[in-house]
Amino acid sequence: MNFAVLQFPASNCDQDALHVVVNVLGHQGRFVWHKESSLAGFDAVIVPGGFSYGDYLRTGAIARFSPIMEAVQSFAAEGKPVLGICNGFQILCEAGLLPGALVRNRSLQFRCEHIFLKTLGNNSPFTSRIPGDKILRIPIAHGEGCYFADDATLEQLKANGQILWQYVNASGEPTEESNPNGSLSNIAGICNAARNVAGLMPHPERASEPILGSADGRLIFESLVSWAENRARA
Amino acid sequence: MKAKIIVTPKKAVVDPQGKTVQSALEHIGFKGIGAVHVGKYLEIDLPEGDAESWRAKIDEACHKILSNPVIEDYQFQIEK
Repeated sequence: MNFAVLQFPASNCDQDALHVVVNVLGHQGRFVWHKESSLAGFDAVIVPGGFSYGDYLRTGAIARFSPIMEAVQSFAAEGKPVLGICNGFQILCEAGLLPGALVRNRSLQFRCEHIFLKTLGNNSPFTSRIPGDKILRIPIAHGEGCYFADDATLEQLKANGQILWQYVNASGEPTEESNPNGSLSNIAGICNAARNVAGLMPHPERASEPILGSADGRLIFESLVSWAENRARA
Repeated sequence: MKAKIIVTPKKAVVDPQGKTVQSALEHIGFKGIGAVHVGKYLEIDLPEGDAESWRAKIDEACHKILSNPVIEDYQFQIEK
């Protein structure tokens, strides 16, 4: 499986994401600079975290007009998987590939800590290998991760099962205390209606090896690999 | 000519920055004020010419990149 890891000016954890898919999982991959315009030959795209274009104007607002994003639009339209992490999630929302938007954390604080995540349903390329009762422990690092969507959109997300991950406490309950940024319905990550584009604020690539304190994030990448392999066989 | 653009958070979006500024204002003695909303102000220099045709372009720019319609409203004027 061949992964594209996009790079914008001021991306971060792009190295970590490529490390996980190539060195930890043993797949192929390379960085794709945002000025490039083709994603030919890739099976999946990871839009990494960071502060693309200094977060000027709004997070992700300028990056979404980078040349590579047109290729990402077509890639997604073909049903191929696109995963946005942190700033990548913000970029995918700005690009209209995911509904809603990420705004300033309700506390106004930049939150950098490990949180607990509950996965809601394993019927997506990003969750297929995550056991239903598994609580993931994964780090966050963001100032603008408060998920917002209007009431109608939120209802649609719930009805279609598009909310993939929620912030929860250690027992798996989505409490107010376990919500680090004020996201509506404790939303940490969602997918589009077609289920091939997903975004989440937590950083699974920073928690994919035991030496990093948690390898729970690896389940998300393994889900993606397993889904793509099944798709190739079908 | 100049385009003067104001972008503000939509009413439905929680504005913690506005709330914090409001309580700071009250704290230093500006009692009796209502809700505060913190937005953005942009000024774009334009060549002299047809203000009406610029109006359509600036409106498009506001919609496409300068604001995010999911979370923000905008208004602007073109000044000679």
